[in-house]
Amino acid sequence: MNKSRNNSLELFKSMLRIRMVEESIAEKYSEGKMRCPTHLSIGQEAIATGVCSALEKKDLVLSTHRAHAHYLAKGGSLKSMIAEIYGKVTGCSLGMGGSMHLIDKRAGFMGSTAIVGNTIPVAVGLALSIKLKRRKNISCVFFGDGAVEEGVFYEAVNFAVVKKLPILFVCENNLYSVYSGLEVRQPENRKIYKMVRALGIDTHKGDGNDVEEVFSLTKLIREKIVNNAGPQFIELDTYRWREHCGPNYDNDLGYRTEEEFMSWKKRDPIETQRKRIKSNEYFNLAESFAHEIEEAHKFADKSKYPSYKQFRSIQS
Amino acid sequence: MREISFARAINEAMFSAMKTSKEVITFGLGVPDPKGVFSTTTGLQEKFGSERVFDTPTSENAMTGIGIGASLLGTRPVMVHQRVDFFLLAMDQIINNASKWKIMFGGTSSVPITIRLIVGHGWGQGPTHSQNLHSIFSHIPGLKVVMPSNPYDAKGLLLESIFDDDPTIFLEHRWLHGQVGKVPVEEYRVPVGEAKVIKKGSDITITSLSYMTVESMHAVKELEKLGISCELIDIRTTSPLDIKRIIRSVNKTKRLLAIDSSVKSFSVSSEIVASVSMEISKLKSPPNRLALDDLSSPTSFGLTDKYYPGALEITKTVLKMFGKKTKSLNNFKKIHPHDVPGDWFKGPF
Ligand SMILES: Cc1ncc(C[n+]2csc(CCOP(=O)(O)OP(=O)(O)O)c2C)c(N)n1
Ligand SMILES: [Mg+2]
Repeated sequence: MNKSRNNSLELFKSMLRIRMVEESIAEKYSEGKMRCPTHLSIGQEAIATGVCSALEKKDLVLSTHRAHAHYLAKGGSLKSMIAEIYGKVTGCSLGMGGSMHLIDKRAGFMGSTAIVGNTIPVAVGLALSIKLKRRKNISCVFFGDGAVEEGVFYEAVNFAVVKKLPILFVCENNLYSVYSGLEVRQPENRKIYKMVRALGIDTHKGDGNDVEEVFSLTKLIREKIVNNAGPQFIELDTYRWREHCGPNYDNDLGYRTEEEFMSWKKRDPIETQRKRIKSNEYFNLAESFAHEIEEAHKFADKSKYPSYKQFRSIQS
Repeated sequence: MREISFARAINEAMFSAMKTSKEVITFGLGVPDPKGVFSTTTGLQEKFGSERVFDTPTSENAMTGIGIGASLLGTRPVMVHQRVDFFLLAMDQIINNASKWKIMFGGTSSVPITIRLIVGHGWGQGPTHSQNLHSIFSHIPGLKVVMPSNPYDAKGLLLESIFDDDPTIFLEHRWLHGQVGKVPVEEYRVPVGEAKVIKKGSDITITSLSYMTVESMHAVKELEKLGISCELIDIRTTSPLDIKRIIRSVNKTKRLLAIDSSVKSFSVSSEIVASVSMEISKLKSPPNRLALDDLSSPTSFGLTDKYYPGALEITKTVLKMFGKKTKSLNNFKKIHPHDVPGDWFKGPF
């Protein structure tokens, strides 16, 4: 198998696995064992996979409330993530964080938090320390179109530019902040990546539903960063299929149209990639992922909750 | 009188205020969306238009400052956040501007803004979606802090807050939204700064607030059966705090238990215990406080039960204060899983 085809297959596998994990959560959520706010990434897998596959293992990632895909794509442990969502002590945050607070430092996944925009400066801080230590890795932070509305975004980017820090800002534009569309939050026809460019940072734009495009763009950008070109910003268009928070579809609410939803569904990043690789391994892959995922749920279900004593001792 | 939910009462107060005065506007992320901030803002935009009822960018800090600016010209903004925790981005605007504006300019200007904040609880809301921060706001001179425990007070206090000329933090506990109670159709006000005696009693004064009043009411009933007559006071506003009313009651009962929904240390309950202790020297037992352990709120279902005290813990605490046994208290069967307020709550938010 040649190198590029092999890479395409890997990208496909990563996305398929994320999709299947997210769907398993959606399917089992009503069992009432995953008792925490849960934001699924279904439909947005290409960004997580494309970006994280182009990063090195030593690169550091921070993320948001919608973090499952980023965590998995960066190599975070599946079992620890599922157990975390079940609130179990075997979870990546010992069951004390839930779906929105994932971490796997071994994989370079430094954490995700639930307050919009608040990991952006933290990622800049990682980059500052990387630079001080003369390390060769980079920092990368994922956030949504909503987060660029927070003041802290501008303050953080500004400082990163001033200090020429090794950081990649990844804006996943899925058009919504909860149920509020871009049209009530940002000026019509103003492109995020163009506006951000005015802060003095190189900005890029890509199709967030095309994993190959995201991958090659990120590879290039990463090269720039390690070659001291300063911080870089990339805006990637995509679309969330399910409700903002929770396991269901929500087109019935009426905040977005069925046509809009269908037009994005036609651009399913996984289907697009599947056609490209013309793989006949699909069923084998799906079967082995299904098995791994089922095991992770079983593991989580069987695991214990953290004890109150543990909970207390961590904080004292 | 007809009965409506707490969420509906808030909604009615908004309709009423916006009808009464064209100066009243309301905004916040999701205010006009189909879920209408847990149904509290439903229908407002349809009725009053998108100039007065509007969605916002995810920009809590700037939007608070913008609300403050608008209020300087007499506009009465009601800002809404789905969680208290999100409003923390606006600490500069609320503490350095809103609360200080009046004094900074020698009383020549005031900031009639109302900030509606929802306090999360249970279903894995965790450390940054279920903080109880009323003591922080109450600590800031120049802010009023309101925390109703029932639909009647919710409507009356919200109306009062909106037409008050000072900045007011209005805290709604998420578990109260489904609470049903008697509420008049017409407009009425409940004064800010007045506690309310929910039940008269002679043996002990219990102060509580917001959702904890619901738990306290269950406990008080049970204690009555066990021969302890409790006077239950719902504080309703933590700033200004109606300490006179509390002291009057403790003077009669000679016992105090201050219940709070926040962590113990530096809490409103601490303030009540301190103020009462400074006024009344001879109590029948040391003044007491029941609040959360000094820990961030947990996410795991395995931890929340122990973290949040309820009617059972209140009952036990009171019994202990009377030197009575706390065993065999089995009248508090929990109907629901402990991390949801009732069947109406389906998660995840
Ligand atoms: C400071 C703050 N404000 C509001 C919220 C509530 N909230 C949670 S997720 C979210 C949507 C943010 O939109 P975006 O950044 O585009 O991310 P997406 O959900 O679309 O992935 C909001 C507003 C929050 N968590 N933090
Ligand atoms: Mg978005």
